[in-house]
Amino acid sequence: MTQLQQNGNGHNQDYLLEVQNLKMYFPVTAGIFLQKTVADIKAVDDVSFFVRKGETLGLVGESGCGKTTTGRCVLQLYKPTAGRIIFHGVDLCTLNNRNMRPMRRQMQIIFQDPYSSLNPRMTAGAIIGEPLVVHGLAKSKAEYKERVGELLDIVGLNRYMADRFPHEFSGGQRQRIGVARALAVNPEFMVCDEPVSALDVSIQAQVINLLEDLQEQFSLTYLFIAHDLSVVRHISDRVAVMYLGHIVEIADRNDIYADPLHPYTKALLSAVPIPDPIIDAQRERILLSGEVPSPLNPPAGCVFHPRCSSVSPECMEEMPEVREIKPGHWVSCINVPGYGTPTYQLA
Amino acid sequence: MATLLEVRDLKTHFFTFGGVVKAVDGVSYDLEEGETLGLVGESGCGKSVSALSIMRLIPDPPGKIVEGEIIFNGEDLLKMNSTQMRRIRGHQISMVFQEPMTSLNPVLSVERQLTETLQLHLGMSRSDAGKEAVRRLDQVGIPDPERRVKQFPHQFSGGMRQRVMIAMALSCNPRLIIADEPTTALDVTIQAQILELMKGLSREYGVALIVITHNLGVVARYADRVNIMYAGKIIERGNAQDIYRDPRHPYTLGLLNSVPRLDLPRTEKLDPIEGQPPDLVNIPMGCSFRERCRYAIDQCAEETPPLEHITDGHSSACYVSSQLAPAS
Ligand SMILES: Nc1ncnc2c1ncn2[C@@H]1O[C@H](COP(=O)(O)OP(=O)(O)OP(=O)(O)O)[C@@H](O)[C@H]1O
Ligand SMILES: Nc1ncnc2c1ncn2[C@@H]1O[C@H](COP(=O)(O)OP(=O)(O)OP(=O)(O)O)[C@@H](O)[C@H]1O
Ligand SMILES: [Mg+2]
Ligand SMILES: [Mg+2]
Repeated sequence: MTQLQQNGNGHNQDYLLEVQNLKMYFPVTAGIFLQKTVADIKAVDDVSFFVRKGETLGLVGESGCGKTTTGRCVLQLYKPTAGRIIFHGVDLCTLNNRNMRPMRRQMQIIFQDPYSSLNPRMTAGAIIGEPLVVHGLAKSKAEYKERVGELLDIVGLNRYMADRFPHEFSGGQRQRIGVARALAVNPEFMVCDEPVSALDVSIQAQVINLLEDLQEQFSLTYLFIAHDLSVVRHISDRVAVMYLGHIVEIADRNDIYADPLHPYTKALLSAVPIPDPIIDAQRERILLSGEVPSPLNPPAGCVFHPRCSSVSPECMEEMPEVREIKPGHWVSCINVPGYGTPTYQLA
Repeated sequence: MATLLEVRDLKTHFFTFGGVVKAVDGVSYDLEEGETLGLVGESGCGKSVSALSIMRLIPDPPGKIVEGEIIFNGEDLLKMNSTQMRRIRGHQISMVFQEPMTSLNPVLSVERQLTETLQLHLGMSRSDAGKEAVRRLDQVGIPDPERRVKQFPHQFSGGMRQRVMIAMALSCNPRLIIADEPTTALDVTIQAQILELMKGLSREYGVALIVITHNLGVVARYADRVNIMYAGKIIERGNAQDIYRDPRHPYTLGLLNSVPRLDLPRTEKLDPIEGQPPDLVNIPMGCSFRERCRYAIDQCAEETPPLEHITDGHSSACYVSSQLAPAS
């Protein structure tokens, strides 16, 4: 807490996490012996957002647009190319390993790909219990066993499954082991990287209700990455939409679903299939035309312009900054009414 | 259209130290050419195992197909030897696996993995296969395919890996594609693109599709017919309208009620099906859903309800199915 008060430079104390101008470039190398960097994949390119204490920020966007990379940078699993990750008022990018360690325990991740993240030689119980051991969170063997059992209950697995190995579980069951493991240390902040996309819908509903209950109980803060926009609407307080390494829109949940402003957000929402064949067939769909662009060679100007239906000549000049055009609603599109004239700053 | 696949009373069990896991326990269905079948059901209910059984890719031990017939194009796959089966697999029938990272080889470039299948199954030369690989990546919406093809799986995002898998499955012009959760890691626009691509193949060349998914919206939009599975059995089947507009099994009803829907106002809490599916080692007597069912009656504990006809093509395995009919 003292760290919070120490921070005088405009840090908002409501924010648990603030990401400023984050960039993460991956080098593309060529050559067999002398690996030479020939290009950069601009996975995340100048992204800024904040997450308030106790809220859920949903992060959505096309596959490969940089959501996972953003989450991993926040947790310092990647060393960002540029930018600041301010957690509890401290810029994590400036910390050395020793100072980072206590921070790490407060931040957990539920992985997108549970298959490669579970050790095949450990039992489910040992996988879930490992963080308890690592952080010394169980005082006795009995307490350890009870806690592992409780975590299995929480995620909808049977207690006797603790002795089974990952390959004996179905895909969705394995995902639940990953959720249980992340919950083990009672973290304060969680990056949930598509935690429910591998789960069937009834278990998905249980896990979402569970994540919400835990959030309320322990005032957890979530960065919730997902593709399912119906799930994101349900769980998020605010939603950020990413496209090709950039955030193009952020707003309160109700706002963004009722009144999406960015053409990409509109297309995204219109593509959601509705679980009713008759209603689904009646919905108007905005199909995105054009090539899916590459972060290796992003289009000049607004990164969305080659696929945008309301493109104008100015769109090819520069990537519009993200502007707050009504309270709490941020968007980066010059053609949205109220955005104002583009700022032609000298490069 | 002709019947392409007939699955008859398929039983696939796993013989483990803990007992016999009856992962698939008496499943029957037909699939016509050009048809799309949606396969839906709780995690662990046997969807992947039933698909892997068609491919004869059940790890043995501990798994075994203990009973049934799988007639593909007039021939029983379960009677084929391994050479015959290899010719079917990845050629006539191809599968998009649920686990993209484990089914891609991490030490081979994406190009090598794609060209290998193309050379093996379509007899292409190396350079033709190389060009074809790029075209296939482009087809599944991978940007910059010429450069990307040289990369390794870990350099791809989750959804891009899944698309590589799909490109591989499509690469040998199969007659049946089994897609196990093909779009879970994909955003809705790419999801639409991939499914439209598969549907296009289906319309144009009569390719049949089995799509396994948790996404009820995807099933509603793309499936002609739907099988709902629970604990190793099909408990309801019908066309998409039957299933969504007139569900006749309490489990199907529960599934439909548990998803948040964008076309309806947001609810405070989701309405999951409480409880857990039964352990497939000890499936209780009677209906396996009864312990979680709010409609259960005494009879449900006594004997397993059979799949019974409701209307043409629509059937449900539930003693109270008539009570579930929408009031009209
Ligand atoms: N370790 C890495 N090395 C090189 N490139 C990478 C690496 N990790 C990610 N990338 C690239 O960065 C971009 C963003 O990837 P990221 O995994 O963040 O996407 P995502 O939004 O999470 O996508 P998905 O929804 O498919 O999971 C992609 O083009 C990907 O290929
Ligand atoms: N190699 C194995 N050994 C023992 N049991 C297995 C094995 N493979 C699968 N099973 C069991 O068979 C059952 C069916 O598994 P399957 O993978 O078909 O489920 P699923 O319906 O595809 O689930 P999900 O939606 O989670 O992918 C599960 O209970 C699983 O634990
Ligand atoms: Mg990702
Ligand atoms: Mg499966």
